[in-house]
Amino acid sequence: MAVLATLESDTRAAARGWSDLTIRNAFILPTIAFLVIFNIFPLLYSLGFSFTQYRVSLNQPAEFIGLKNYSDLLSDPGIWQNFTITAQYVIVSVGGQMIVGFGLALLLNRSFPFKGLVTTLLLLPMMLSMAVVGLFWKLLYDPSWGPINYVLGLGKFEWLTHPTNALFAVAITDIWMWSPFVMLLSLAGLSAIPKHLYEAAAIDRASSWYTFRRITLPLVAPLLLIALIFRTMEAFKAFDLPFIMSTANVETVAIALYQMAFQGWDTGRASALAYIVLIVVLCITNIYVKYLNKIKER
Amino acid sequence: MAAVTSRAQQFGRPIAIIAIIAVTLLFLSPIYWIASTAFKPRDVATSVPPTVIFEPEITPFIKLFTKRVGLREPPTEEAYEAAPWWEQAVLDTGERILRVGEDVQLSQYPNRFANSLIVSVISTILAVSMGTITAYGFSRFKIKGEGDLLFFILSTRMLPPVVVAIPMFLMYRQFGLTDTHLGLIILYTAFNLSFSVWLMKGFIDEIPKEYEEAALIDGYTRMQAFFKIVLPEAATGIAATAVFCFITAWNEYAFALIMTNRRAQTAPPFIPSQMGSGLPEWTVIAAGTVLFLLPVAIFTFLLRNHLLRGVTFGAIRK
Repeated sequence: MAVLATLESDTRAAARGWSDLTIRNAFILPTIAFLVIFNIFPLLYSLGFSFTQYRVSLNQPAEFIGLKNYSDLLSDPGIWQNFTITAQYVIVSVGGQMIVGFGLALLLNRSFPFKGLVTTLLLLPMMLSMAVVGLFWKLLYDPSWGPINYVLGLGKFEWLTHPTNALFAVAITDIWMWSPFVMLLSLAGLSAIPKHLYEAAAIDRASSWYTFRRITLPLVAPLLLIALIFRTMEAFKAFDLPFIMSTANVETVAIALYQMAFQGWDTGRASALAYIVLIVVLCITNIYVKYLNKIKER
Repeated sequence: MAAVTSRAQQFGRPIAIIAIIAVTLLFLSPIYWIASTAFKPRDVATSVPPTVIFEPEITPFIKLFTKRVGLREPPTEEAYEAAPWWEQAVLDTGERILRVGEDVQLSQYPNRFANSLIVSVISTILAVSMGTITAYGFSRFKIKGEGDLLFFILSTRMLPPVVVAIPMFLMYRQFGLTDTHLGLIILYTAFNLSFSVWLMKGFIDEIPKEYEEAALIDGYTRMQAFFKIVLPEAATGIAATAVFCFITAWNEYAFALIMTNRRAQTAPPFIPSQMGSGLPEWTVIAAGTVLFLLPVAIFTFLLRNHLLRGVTFGAIRK
């Protein structure tokens, strides 16, 4: 009797419950649909506009002009200037983050009192809002009363209003914010290096430079690479910090795109530029995911 | 050999600790500076040389929440005596708080702060609940082209906001979604959804399949097993993912700048816009900044053990 009862409840449960296939689809399809509707569909919409002359501000229909937007953009020295500034910004800021972040990790990779607290405090900058960080660094950089000029004894040094200094000033802020990110990944790599490798090197009387080059660096390299790719992509997209701090002097591609689309209202041309940016970002994402999966498999 | 290393360590240790203290102080000094500015009297905030020691006051916070105008002439003694202490503090700086009848007029700050809260909380709930079930689907079932689908999901997260904003702005204009909470909630949900799927997949992958299989044998349906076994096991992961999504939405600037300007404007575009006219009141801006950054600072401490996992989309677990 008891056996029968369980059997019966089993079939009833199966009848009430959904099949695995239904559950799988019910769990996955809403997300895919959401992303298609709110990301892919809009992007196809703007792909269409990228082949047209169209201004949202005017009440005229879009006029098909083929690849003219793309060829105009690629032959526009202004846009190349934006790409050059962005490339400089990527090199200075990501380079700085890699050096400072890895240096911090080497420094923190030992036992000391309040290690957890200190590490968390150092990670704080990367959790903050870029817009708000940009704003308060503007206060720090103020030429006449800002604390940075006072501490460094630079007098009335112009950081953000000077055409070339501005790029470095914004990059320094970016380095302050994102070195902790590189530090976090590097620390994970450093702490995973087996201690016995260092002991063996010590027995062989290896110099500390040799140990660093032959043990530390190669074993942390995969994580450093992940940090490098991710930060390069983010710096390539840089908008918030340069926009708030010095729009005129650090006009990155993202800022040029914003101005073209939402201040010039040149929708067709902006859509074309957006697609150029999109292709670059997707290429970097592809490389990034490849390395992420590699790390995962280890 | 061991003696040599330990002597080297003993020698290196104090230097390293001094370096760690110095670096930590250097890194935190910008945050200290903005926080201390929020408690400075107006003239002290922009003094030359910069003032480090001062008598803290909370007048900037009172000003942050109220609408004020400059006084043409000093207040009469009775009016000053009749005012509550917080109003006197503002009168001392040569301004008065605007009132409608008896009611104090509030500034735009509390409204923008509330917008940030509404948009962040609702988009987080949506992104995490959809992300959790999708992650479960990817973790437990065979899916054709799983790698490609996961890549597709993550790639939507990497899109620059300005790129997505161009077509979304056109669509929102047609549907009347510009400058609405719903408009921002949709954008932030889409933005956080991919992150939430990846991060939750990492957490759910760690829950042994055997738990559910045992439950299925005991007569649970797959749905019951999911709700009664998997969700409770994944609670920590869900909480960590939610905090990450909240922080991302809370901090987001570009979408909010483009899609909102008044009614639904959130704090990140609002706070810098206060710089707008005339001499910026840095103490008030700093006060707004401090209140805005405080929740993130608290959440960072709660999240400290999951930060690595979060920034690598669940790939590295420690």
